[in-house]
Amino acid sequence: MASVNSNSGKTYFWNDQKTRAILYQVFTAVAVALLGYYLISNVQTNMAKQSIASGFGFIEKEAAFEIGESLIEYSAADSYGRALIVGVLNTLKVSLVGIILTTILGTIVGVATLSKNWLISRLGFVYVEIFQNIPVLLQLFFFYALFYEAFPSPRQALNPVTGVFLTNRGIDFAVPAAHPAWLYVGLAFLAACAITVMINRWSVKRQEATGQQFPMFWAGLAILVGLPLVTWAINGAPSQMDIPVLKGFNFSGGRNISPEFSALLIGLVLYTASFIAQIVRAGIQSISHGQTEAALSIGLKPVHVLKLVIFPQALRVIVPPLTSQLLNLTKNSSLAVAIGYPDFVQVAGTTINQTGQAVEGVALMMLVYLTLSLLTSAYMNWYNKKIAIIER
Amino acid sequence: MSTTIEEIKPPATNVGVIGWIRQNLFNGLFSSIATIVILAGLIRVVPQFIQWAFIDSVWFTSGQECHEATGACWSVITQNIRFNIFGYYPYEEQWRPLIAMIILIGMLIYSRDWNKWNKRLGYIWLFALFVMGLLMKGGLLGLVSVESTKWSGLPLTLLLSFFGILASYPLGVVLALGRQSNMPIIKSLCVVYIEMIRGVPLITMLFMSSVMFPLFLPEGVTIDKVLRAQAAIILFTAAYIAEVVRGGLQAMDKGQYEAAESLGLNYFQMMRLIILPQALKIVIPPTVGILISAFKDTSLVVIIALYDILNTTKSILTEPEWTGFSTEAYIFVAMIYYVCCFSMSQYSRKIEKELEYKSNTPQSS
Repeated sequence: MASVNSNSGKTYFWNDQKTRAILYQVFTAVAVALLGYYLISNVQTNMAKQSIASGFGFIEKEAAFEIGESLIEYSAADSYGRALIVGVLNTLKVSLVGIILTTILGTIVGVATLSKNWLISRLGFVYVEIFQNIPVLLQLFFFYALFYEAFPSPRQALNPVTGVFLTNRGIDFAVPAAHPAWLYVGLAFLAACAITVMINRWSVKRQEATGQQFPMFWAGLAILVGLPLVTWAINGAPSQMDIPVLKGFNFSGGRNISPEFSALLIGLVLYTASFIAQIVRAGIQSISHGQTEAALSIGLKPVHVLKLVIFPQALRVIVPPLTSQLLNLTKNSSLAVAIGYPDFVQVAGTTINQTGQAVEGVALMMLVYLTLSLLTSAYMNWYNKKIAIIER
Repeated sequence: MSTTIEEIKPPATNVGVIGWIRQNLFNGLFSSIATIVILAGLIRVVPQFIQWAFIDSVWFTSGQECHEATGACWSVITQNIRFNIFGYYPYEEQWRPLIAMIILIGMLIYSRDWNKWNKRLGYIWLFALFVMGLLMKGGLLGLVSVESTKWSGLPLTLLLSFFGILASYPLGVVLALGRQSNMPIIKSLCVVYIEMIRGVPLITMLFMSSVMFPLFLPEGVTIDKVLRAQAAIILFTAAYIAEVVRGGLQAMDKGQYEAAESLGLNYFQMMRLIILPQALKIVIPPTVGILISAFKDTSLVVIIALYDILNTTKSILTEPEWTGFSTEAYIFVAMIYYVCCFSMSQYSRKIEKELEYKSNTPQSS
């Protein structure tokens, strides 16, 4: 034994773990750097050869292409920069609306799969199975084709409800005609929201202190509906509507939701909701049944059991995977390019085609989506911390 | 003294069919209303659908007759089935991708049980892959050579997903190990790669493959489009696999690492013999989840104008004879995807159950 020890006094440096770690890392870093250098030099020679400009100078040049729908004013004479901003806004629009709708739908379906009613739970499962197992792109094509093939031209528009027209040019619906009163109604609604939140805080505090309950739901509803209604009445109760009217081959007036946006939204919402439903179901199931029994035995109504006991605990299990699903929806909104909705990827793609500056274009795409991802996960992390168990 | 106790049967409304209906369909006011509403909806929709899909439908006619029929036009599939499945692969040679697909599916079904995973199966797979490659590419044994640009339809979908999965798996494992390593440079490289890829949609990767890869290559070297898309799918999927594998590595007990080290195993031996076999096994179910989404995501190659099965369907629908029947055509493609994804998810459920069973039974050795 002793002889072994005496011989091992000398360790070769390549047998030392720390030295090895440094060597490995230096080797990797050099390899990555060399690869990067090789690729960049290739790009430079190729671009010089095809006389493609480099840098982001193109952003200020005239875009010279039209964009179908836009939240801000845009024409073909505007710059590429403005076109790209239009694209980002369109992406944000569809993602935001989609995130809200899919969370609601997913939660409903998730709760439905746990229903005691056999029909409801079966329907929930069938929904999840079908929509989860079909590529979202195929669903987008399907809904887009539905608009073009199943819905008639504006002349024979379907009119399911007064003021709403379904055509192959999208959904046209009536909106209230412009009137200053609507601005005040909007402000009144915001004020009502703030008041409701404050009353809710007060009522929770009072219940914790005295045990007295306050009919929060009805009070909140009264304020949220009543205040805007009163404001509307005070300002002369404008009732004129801007109804879509058939003029020539298309509707004018009212608002129009394009078939591209509708198909994209419907496809994304239905697809993502099937995943969220499973997450919600798993989250609720993770709460032991004893919680439900205990809550029922102290006399809570089933609705309150779900709202006060199950959901707050289940949320902790639900939020992390929910975040990644909502991020997926945002990323999948880039499939808009396949059905012609002018989202960021489509605008950037057109820009790449026109300028040939592929590297800058793809870099911009990555930058925008990375920013969106980071923002969403930052917000959800904050929310997750807020609802996490506060330990004593 | 003996008393006979007469057995009292439960009320007829609590057992049997009626009991089941009462408990599962009409238990409470809300439940009853919901049942009635759903049934009413189903009664309105289902017969209409059956009428459209089966009774009024036409199956083997030309597009003209289809436009006159009131029901579904399944002819759009039956008349174009070969183009739909095989795309632009030369018409007389289409038996070759057919046999290749049958071999692939047969091999997958044969190796579904992991107790059969041994060296021999590995060699069989190598041989099968060689045969499939030979069938697709040709150029040997009197088979006509077929350019990979002509590969399309279902074979392309299966090819992209199979090799995407096969190649991204080891890459993902390496990335996961890199992320768990305590060497700062390697760790940060892996973290940046994984998070960057996971933060962007697959489309940007595909765009990169179609417009940026050509710029990366030295002059005179070109790689064909299918291979570039394949590379993008591999690079993309690997990042997701890496995160799943990392979960498995983190779930391992620290004692396993310590025991392996105290036996004098070096890093590679420790990972290969002790850690990875256990870690990879426990993450099989989420891995299958990633594979399912990778399979569905191959449909995105439509956007860079590759002809997978979704795109061949689309191009059939642009022919004037067959415009207007996209519902039928898309239902057909959806069914193909559904069957594949559904069987994969059933497989993962089966494995999940096996794993649960194993962890609940005490180890005999």
